Amino acid sequence: MPANGNPIPAEALREKPLETAPGRQPGIDSAASALAHFKRTLRRGPALAAVLLLAVVVGVAFCAPLLGTTDPIAINPALRLKLPSHEHWLGTDAYGRDVYSRVMYGSRISLIVGLGAALMGVAVGLLIGVIAGYIRLADAVLMRVMDGLMAIPGILLAIALVSLSGASLFTVLVAITIPEIPRVVRLVRGVILSVRSEPYVEAAISLGTRVPTLLLRHMVPNTVPPLVVQGTYIFASAILTEAILSFLGAGLPPENSSWGNIMAEGRMYFQLRPGLILYPGILLSLTVLSVNVLGDALRDALDPRLARRL
Amino acid sequence: MDLWSHSKRSSARGLVVFAALLAVLLMSAPGRAETITAVMHSGLRVLDPIITTAHIVRNHGYMIYDTLLGTDAEGKIQPQMAEKWAVSPDGKTYTFTLRSGLKWHDGPPVKAEDCIASIKRFCEQDKMGQVLMTMVADVKAVNDRTFQVILKEPTEVILTALSKPSGLAAFIMPKRVAETPSTTPIKEYIGSGPFKFVTAEFKPGIKAVYEKNKDYVPRSEPASGSAGGKVVHVDRVEWVTMPDHMTTINALLAGEIDYTEWVQFDLLPMVEGKKDIQVRVIEKQGFQTMYRFNHLYPPFNNKLIRQAAMYAVRQEDVLKALVGNPKYYKTCGAVFGCGTPFESSAGADMVVPSNPEKAMELLKQAKYDGTPVVVLHATDVSTIASNPVVITAALRKVGFTVDLQSMDWMTLVGRRASMEPPAKGGWNLFSTNWLINEIMDPLRAATVSANGKRAWFGWPEVKQIEDLKMKFARTSNPAEQKKLAEEVQKVVIEEGVMVPLGQFYVPSAYRSSLTGVLDSPVPYFWNVKKSGK
Amino acid sequence: MLAYIARRLLATVPVMGMVAAIVFAILRLTPGDPAAIIAGDAATPAQLELIRRHMGLDQPIHVQFLLWLGQLVRGDLGLSLISNVPVMGMIADRIGPSLALGLSTIVFTVIIAIPLGVIAAWRRGTLVDRAVMAFSVFGFSVPVFVTGYLLIFFFAIGLGWFPVQGYKPLAGGFWPFYQRLILPTLALSTIYVALIARITRTSILDVMDEDYIRTARAKGVKESTVFMRHALRNAAVPIATIVGIGMAMLISGVVVTESVFNIPGLGRLVVEAVLARDYPVIQGLILLFSLIYILINLAVDILYTVFDPRIRY
Repeated sequence: MPANGNPIPAEALREKPLETAPGRQPGIDSAASALAHFKRTLRRGPALAAVLLLAVVVGVAFCAPLLGTTDPIAINPALRLKLPSHEHWLGTDAYGRDVYSRVMYGSRISLIVGLGAALMGVAVGLLIGVIAGYIRLADAVLMRVMDGLMAIPGILLAIALVSLSGASLFTVLVAITIPEIPRVVRLVRGVILSVRSEPYVEAAISLGTRVPTLLLRHMVPNTVPPLVVQGTYIFASAILTEAILSFLGAGLPPENSSWGNIMAEGRMYFQLRPGLILYPGILLSLTVLSVNVLGDALRDALDPRLARRL
Repeated sequence: MDLWSHSKRSSARGLVVFAALLAVLLMSAPGRAETITAVMHSGLRVLDPIITTAHIVRNHGYMIYDTLLGTDAEGKIQPQMAEKWAVSPDGKTYTFTLRSGLKWHDGPPVKAEDCIASIKRFCEQDKMGQVLMTMVADVKAVNDRTFQVILKEPTEVILTALSKPSGLAAFIMPKRVAETPSTTPIKEYIGSGPFKFVTAEFKPGIKAVYEKNKDYVPRSEPASGSAGGKVVHVDRVEWVTMPDHMTTINALLAGEIDYTEWVQFDLLPMVEGKKDIQVRVIEKQGFQTMYRFNHLYPPFNNKLIRQAAMYAVRQEDVLKALVGNPKYYKTCGAVFGCGTPFESSAGADMVVPSNPEKAMELLKQAKYDGTPVVVLHATDVSTIASNPVVITAALRKVGFTVDLQSMDWMTLVGRRASMEPPAKGGWNLFSTNWLINEIMDPLRAATVSANGKRAWFGWPEVKQIEDLKMKFARTSNPAEQKKLAEEVQKVVIEEGVMVPLGQFYVPSAYRSSLTGVLDSPVPYFWNVKKSGK
Repeated sequence: MLAYIARRLLATVPVMGMVAAIVFAILRLTPGDPAAIIAGDAATPAQLELIRRHMGLDQPIHVQFLLWLGQLVRGDLGLSLISNVPVMGMIADRIGPSLALGLSTIVFTVIIAIPLGVIAAWRRGTLVDRAVMAFSVFGFSVPVFVTGYLLIFFFAIGLGWFPVQGYKPLAGGFWPFYQRLILPTLALSTIYVALIARITRTSILDVMDEDYIRTARAKGVKESTVFMRHALRNAAVPIATIVGIGMAMLISGVVVTESVFNIPGLGRLVVEAVLARDYPVIQGLILLFSLIYILINLAVDILYTVFDPRIRY
């Protein structure tokens, strides 16, 4: 809570809880110390483990064909639901496909979904948020639109999009990303709003700085720390949402295997072949966990207050 | 007596009186209603069994409505609401007389005019009924309990239409309800059947409640199929919708529900062998799984390419993926089902085993140019989700280019009806299942309809089949019918009008406290007794 | 203040109107034919057309929209296309279970998460802090249906402590009502505990830096009082925000939990209606959700004034 004592508009307050206080120090000093602090954090404990784990997952995604896998979509109904064996290290699924291969290749789609949703969500949210934060007129309209968007259930959007343009990786990505955008917009807008009233911004305006420079050089950089953090959370949430969409029958087509739809397909066999859910589930959970831990570490590092404290 | 007195003695006396009152209350409390809680294969939302062919609505119909005629466990037609029927010597006039004691749930007796109105409404929507109507000269009530149907030519279709439990069943409703146009859902749920519908407790998609119709007069014969005496031994039946299959089985094991209509095949190990659970196939005729080509557009407008596809797909693979457990499926190349009067194995070697070499040869012969095959795939309905995946793999193996498009069932239903080219929202191939009872003869099977643009989805144009169907309708000689049906089978397979993928049977499971569960194509809740626990 | 509330309430009308228009458009443009789900597999195109006409689906989109708006203005949400029962009635049937599950989850979550966040902030930087944060985040990383199945397997089937599934209304007795909510509440809470614990911790840490905290300590106020009286009070604002968002999400978005535990709530209704293209039900539900969301936001904003007297409207 800023100490300057002015009454705070409610909307600006609502920005804060979403993961971090907006950074306000434009100086280089703080950035360097923040980075140093971040490097320190990375070198020990949970953040290190998280980064290592993520590196492993990314490695698996890239090297899937080299890891002893077979064709993940080759069906063989005669060999369905078999237990782990020499040929099938993690057994087979309901179509006789090799679970190990599917899980390995599944890392690719899951990572693409996570990264794609995070990047798209942050990019679009930044754009809209800056406009809303900077242009008063646009603000009222855009924020009401965002409010409305938050009320539309993701499943409706997902099914509508999938029906209109066919089930594909891209449509599912868009369907997962759209519900995340309003929160990013609120975040960015909150930062822009509070930074606008800072003395150095007023100074820059009076000096005649043109709008694009003003935005890009002075205002947007302040959004980067919370955006990075929010991005990691969108990454994690997107992977989980994809699993839920597959659970409801509106997810990726079964030909692209992701951890989410492997779990969804296998959910009926939970008490007979728990592996079908547990193997991808454990990988999914660990990945999501690592991303969350990393996000926490980033936030701690990039929050200038904490940097000051330590 | 002042129960709140502070003195110990008064408190003690107060307690005794209180206990005595409680005992009296408990002893005179009415016994709890005997209720069967059942999970059916789908949630109940639509309540008009004439406007829709959805099975769950037909099952609901059998609870609260009654039919003029029924089909017993051997497949023979028996009177139900009708006391008897009489046929004139020339075979063209059928006279039906109603039993005495038949009453609507709201009191008035069932009359002939109710039957006539109901039959009319049924015939507008039902395939066999539509054929029947073309053969009917007149229908008239003779008196309150008797009516006549006068035909243009002798046919037994009238008896079959009024007694069959599938496709649509000819439920009898009050005249005012039956006069609702057949494309508008009815709004009142009054029948004359063994159960009454508790409309106040109906929650679409969640719960449907039926209570015993105490004024129902069952026939004296034992219950058999949809015929015989429908005696109800419980007070209430509640149908509960449970979206998760595993939760359903767990609930059955824990005694939270008594009955589940369909057990997912892969979950059978959880219920088989358990002393307090019975696992049984009640619907002994089974289901047919099949697929249809779109005859309007390439590549399947070419007969050789259709045949190539038929040679490519192996029934055993399809059935293994769909059912898994061999106890519950069998390969079957019969268009009208195996174990039925019109079973035939003509053309079976094209559809049952797979012959990839022959398929590839046919593709070469037809000069297949790689036009993609759009296969429709519904991901949200478990019973039809696996076929497209297996078919796609089989087609690709022999050289087809396949575009497997996944969507939800509603989207599929919309796309299936589209006559546009596949690239513009149409399709080339879709798969679905049918109850054997619904496709077991050439007249009732929508799957063999081949009258071009007015046919069932796929729109094949094979006049020969339609001619054979009319011939079939006109004869009542079983040997003649069998010959005609065999002809239809041959042409259907040769032309690829539809492709049978095999037959499967779905087990039901219920707690051992339920006895008297009948074998039938429709789950019936009369005759069922529920004992202690 | 009252003027502010009035202004906010008035502003809900255009928002809901816009949401209604967007959803209407999405629905009508999405392929899928509710007439087909009624008529079944063997219906002919002619039969489907007749049913569609009866449902009013053959008219141009803007006409349908205006008809629906007209109904809405009279307070009538229309009839379900599929089952012909009033949409209002369907919603009324299912809002009870959703509210019950939502409230139960929020209460349980808050009781667990806020102390966790406080402890983590108190012992900031230590193993306790990291352990608490990691533990809460773990719950957030598992898809809720997996948590649900695990809970059913261990507690309902294995130990037999709770029923496997189902919902009984409060009218039938408190224990039958609540025992069926315990497992689904636990499953959902694992997600929200993480969110709220993290927010609590962050907000408290933000506050701990302020000058007035240093003053309080200098004054000799006990650390625990510093925490409770000053830090927590100021952290209440963001916590309230998240709780509000969580509540709104819980009412509308828990279809997976409702499916696994067989709770007849609004989440399932939305999905079933969407998959069946039951337009009036979907439209009615979206309006309801946006209304709930707006009202909860308003309530939270008003709550801010209780926590922070500097905030005035």
